[in-house]
Formats: sequence, C-alpha cells, structure tokens
Amino acid sequence: MSDTAIRPAAGPRLPGLSALGPLLALILLVVLGAFLNDNFLSAGNVTNVLARSAFIGMIAVGMTFVITSGGLDLSVGSMAAFIAGVMILAMNALLPAMGVGVPLILAGMVIALAVGLAAGLTNGLLVTRAGIEPFIVTLGTMGIFRSLVTWLADGGTISLDFAVRQLYRPVYYSGLFGVAWPILVFALVAIAGQVAMRHTRFGRYCEAIGSNDKVALYSAVNVERIRLLTYVLLGLLVGLATIMYVPRLGSASGSTGTLWELEAIAAVIIGGTALKGGYGRVWGTVVGVLILSLIDNILNLADLVSPYLNGAIQGVIIVLAVVLQRGKSAA
Amino acid sequence: MERRTFLTTAVLAGAGAATLAGLATPAAAQAKKAVIGVSIPSATHGFMGGLNWHAQETIKRLKTTYPNLDFVLATAGAVGKQVNDIEDMIATRNIDALVVLPFESEPLTSPVKAVKEAGKWVTVVDRGLAQAGIEDLYVAGDNTAFGRVAGEYFKANLKSGAKIVVLRGIPTTLDNERVDAFKKAIDGSGIEILDAQHGNWNRDKAFSVMQDYLSKHKKIDAVWAADDDMAIGVLEAISQAGRQKEMWVVGGAGMKEIVKRIMDKDPQLPVDVTYPPALISTALEITALRFVSDTPVYGRFIIGSTLITPENAAQFYFPNSPF
Repeated sequence: MSDTAIRPAAGPRLPGLSALGPLLALILLVVLGAFLNDNFLSAGNVTNVLARSAFIGMIAVGMTFVITSGGLDLSVGSMAAFIAGVMILAMNALLPAMGVGVPLILAGMVIALAVGLAAGLTNGLLVTRAGIEPFIVTLGTMGIFRSLVTWLADGGTISLDFAVRQLYRPVYYSGLFGVAWPILVFALVAIAGQVAMRHTRFGRYCEAIGSNDKVALYSAVNVERIRLLTYVLLGLLVGLATIMYVPRLGSASGSTGTLWELEAIAAVIIGGTALKGGYGRVWGTVVGVLILSLIDNILNLADLVSPYLNGAIQGVIIVLAVVLQRGKSAA
Repeated sequence: MERRTFLTTAVLAGAGAATLAGLATPAAAQAKKAVIGVSIPSATHGFMGGLNWHAQETIKRLKTTYPNLDFVLATAGAVGKQVNDIEDMIATRNIDALVVLPFESEPLTSPVKAVKEAGKWVTVVDRGLAQAGIEDLYVAGDNTAFGRVAGEYFKANLKSGAKIVVLRGIPTTLDNERVDAFKKAIDGSGIEILDAQHGNWNRDKAFSVMQDYLSKHKKIDAVWAADDDMAIGVLEAISQAGRQKEMWVVGGAGMKEIVKRIMDKDPQLPVDVTYPPALISTALEITALRFVSDTPVYGRFIIGSTLITPENAAQFYFPNSPF
C-alpha cells in the first residue's frame, strides 16, 4: 500500500521489483563469495559474518525509524562506546558487593539499557523540545559521548574484570540450537521492527511525519511525541547492541564504535529507506547491513585488490546498490 | 635517584655559596628558574593515553627533583589547537624550552621554527618536523627496528615453510617502514606470509580480520599482530575458533596486560616488541638536564625497539599506567 502511495505512476506490481534491488545485490555478493573461496559458505564463516553484523544491525533498525520520520542520529557510534564504558565500570564497581554471578550480569544489562534510554532521550528532547536540527544536536552529542568515554578510560582502555568476563563471554560466543545469541537477538529485533513499521500505528505515523509533518500534525498525530519516541527507541537499541558487544572483547576505549553511525546510515539507505524521510523499509535495512559486512568479509577472504583499495570497493558497491534501486524504480 | 639528589644539593650549595660571595658563577645561572613547555597530542587511543600518563608522572618527578624547573603541559586534540598552545606558551608563559610531539609534521614546522628563532631550546619527540635542523634535540622510537626485531624472532623460531599472517596498522609511512623491515628480516627464511590486511591498530577491526584469516587458512603457525591492541582482538578470534594450540602471536608497543601475560609465560604470547609510550619521559629527562647541568644533550636520541621476554618483562611492566 505505502509503496504505491509514494510511486503512483509505477503501478502496483513494479515497486515490488524495484524493492528487490538490494536483495539482488546481496545474492550476487553471496554467489561471488562462494565462487572466490570454498570456506565462504562454511557454518563458521556465516556465523562470523552474521554475528559481526548484529551490532550495526540492531542500531540500523532503530535508525530506520529515526530516518523515516525525517530525523538523523550521528551519535550512535560514540553512544555505544560511552554505554560500553559506563556498563563495564559499573559492573567492576558492583563486583565486590554482588560477587561474580548472573545477577551482576543482569545489573550490567539493565544499566546499559538505562544509559541508552537516557542518551536517546537527551537527543530526542533536544530535537523536539529545543527545536534544534537533528544533524547539529547529534553532531554535538557525538563529540560529547566520545570525549566522555575517553575521559572515563583516562585515555586508555576500560576492561571488564577477568572473572566476570569469563561468565559473560557466552552471551556473544555461544547460542541456542547452534545459532549465536547476537544473531538471534538481531533477528528478533529485525522482525519486531518490520512488524512495527508495517503493521502498527507508530510505524505509519513515522512515515506520515517524514513525508509531511504539517499534514501529520493537522491529522491529529502527536508529531513531537513520535519523533521523541524514535530517538528513545534508537537509544535503547544501541544499549541492546552494547550488551551483545561487551562480552566479545570485554573492553571499551576511545576508539570503540568509530564510524558505526555512518555504517548504520549507509545500511538504512542501501535498504531503500528515503534519506529525506517518509518511507522506511526495515527488512531492506537488514539486507543493507549484510551487504556491508559481506563486502568486508569477501575482501578479506579473497586477495582481489590491494588492501589500500578496500575502502574504494566498498564505496563503489554502496553507490551501485543505490543506483540500481533508483534506476529500477524510475523505469 | 640518589645521584640526582646529590646533584641538586650540589647545585643549590653552589648557588648559595655564589650568592654569599656576591659573584655570578655558572652554577648560579643554572639555579635560575627555567620553564619548560610540553605540547603533546591528547589521549585519544591507548598509546597516547600511556604517553600522557608518562608525561604527567615524569613532570611530577622532575619538579620534586629539580625545584628550579617549572613545566607547562598542554594536550591538543587537533593540529590547530596544538599551534595555538605553542603560541600561547611563548606569549604568556615565557618558556625557556619546548618539548613537542607534533600532531602532524608539516603544519607544526613553522610554529616550532618560530620558537627556535625566539632563542628557545627545542626538543622534538617521535614525529620529525618537515624541515631538518630546527630542533636542538630529537627523541624518537625506531620503527625499522620495531619491524626488524619482530622479524628476527619469527626467523629464529619458525622452520622453513612455516605459514604466518600479518595485521597492518592504519596505512601510513610509519606502518610501511615497520612492515618493510619485518619482511626484510624474514627474507630467505622460507617463512611464507599468507596475508597482510589492515587492522587499523583497532581491537574490533583486528578481531574480524583474524576471524576471516582463520576461515580462509587451514594452517597458520604464527601471527604478527604488530600492535598490542590488535593482538587482543586476534587472541579472541583464535580462541573463538579453538585454535589456541596451533599458533602464537607477537604484538607490539608494550601494553601492560600483554606484558603481564608474557611475565606469566603464556604460550600464546611468547614475546612482545617495545615501542614505549614512555619515550616522552626520555625527552623530558634529557631536556631537564640541559637546565640543571652542563651535560651536552643536543643531537638525536633514538630509542631502540627491544624484545620483551618472560625473563626481562618485569622491567617493562607499569601496572599503574592506563596503557
């Protein structure tokens, strides 16, 4: 329905085809990968790629809602580093009181979500109540979060206590029925996001606000509240991503999560969400995230080009994925 | 420590005697208050964090040892800020010497040259200026030796036909110097480098690059991670794959966690190669000597990269440093 709404000339069938653009790109990459290296489709490699994608993936799902409603958040990478720092410090501080055990891990998780919620709320309130451009607000908070984590770490690295780390480690490295936890959580977040975008009032309001906030306001949509909610949701998802990230290396530093914001935004746009808002596609975002991780993986697995050119290949594929999509929808 | 106390006492005694006699002797001139300006990049990553910590510790120590020395420390997060810091030191703090670790060589060359032309002592640390002959003293680590020492260890401890993988840093001249020296050192040993991708001196990036190496290569005998932060990511990827017994890892720099594991004889981390953030301490100590003694200190001081082994690890272990 919403597809036809934004492309009235294309008719009811064509939008379905154009939406397949990023999916085709993904399939092409998988075929290319399998052709270049025998281990590409091995269970180990597939798990690695999917688990790596999970952090950016969860963040990108939240970012889809923010961008769909006409906003932007540049602070997510720094926010993840800051949340990881606070979470580790809090767990180390609580250790003497609580001892090594599941309650301590749960306390850490609650703290991560709470800090994520507070950070998202800060961004959201500055955008909606203070009425500042999201680009500027989140550029500001990006610097603030990054400096705070560097300051907390005294310029070095914050490390989780070794014993706690051993207990927490399986949250990243093990899983259920052979599927790693980060992949499971990412899948749940993606499905919930897809349902929320397509089948709930919240999703429809996001699209309405993104395409025309005045019309949405006159249609009795509480524009500020929905916008605020998108930033809070994103903050919570950054918190969730951090919960899965910390057990991987058990540390946070000033260089944690650098450029995650750009990867998340790129994934959202590759997936077919409009950067200026008004239309969002959560499953497309998931495809976008997988495309970005696969490029990296394939470049490492096959010695196609000089490593100096890895960035250039990534850039070309990102632009191509979007061009393919736009070309098809125009046809 | 004892020697220094003795030296200070001697200088002070000399100054006292000179004042009593009412004569201006060289000793009296040296007891005059001297201000040393220190300008370094701020603590944005592990190595710089360590460097900042060592700078502060050394300044504290030098101030107690030499009461006639004063220090002005400024840390900069960007090139422009560092230029401003240096201009402020000259204009408002009346410094007698400048110890500077340039953020970037080119943009810092003329501001530092201006300091020199104002008749101040200039010590340049680690990153050279774009123009030769400006500084009185140059203190730096040795990137070529950093690669060579690691390479020699690989050559001595692997058989011909052994297969290794390499993680590179951020693409820079410094990284090229290290990797070229490493390759030269293992030349003719029959060791095969399977792969050399950029891990950007970052734990997360190194983790995923190593995961991919492990999927791609069935047999890896050793890893040159070339940096301790990258070594942490690499070790984690290896233990995820359950291949700890198959290969050992050599990092670089001298991070305390890594040095500790070498002290504890971790079979996965046999050695480490130094590129010490404490090189700022060397620069400060030597510059201080210029103002408290007649020791000639102009010239170049290149700090060698040495191998940290379980036997000597204790002397490279600084448990209080953040790095």
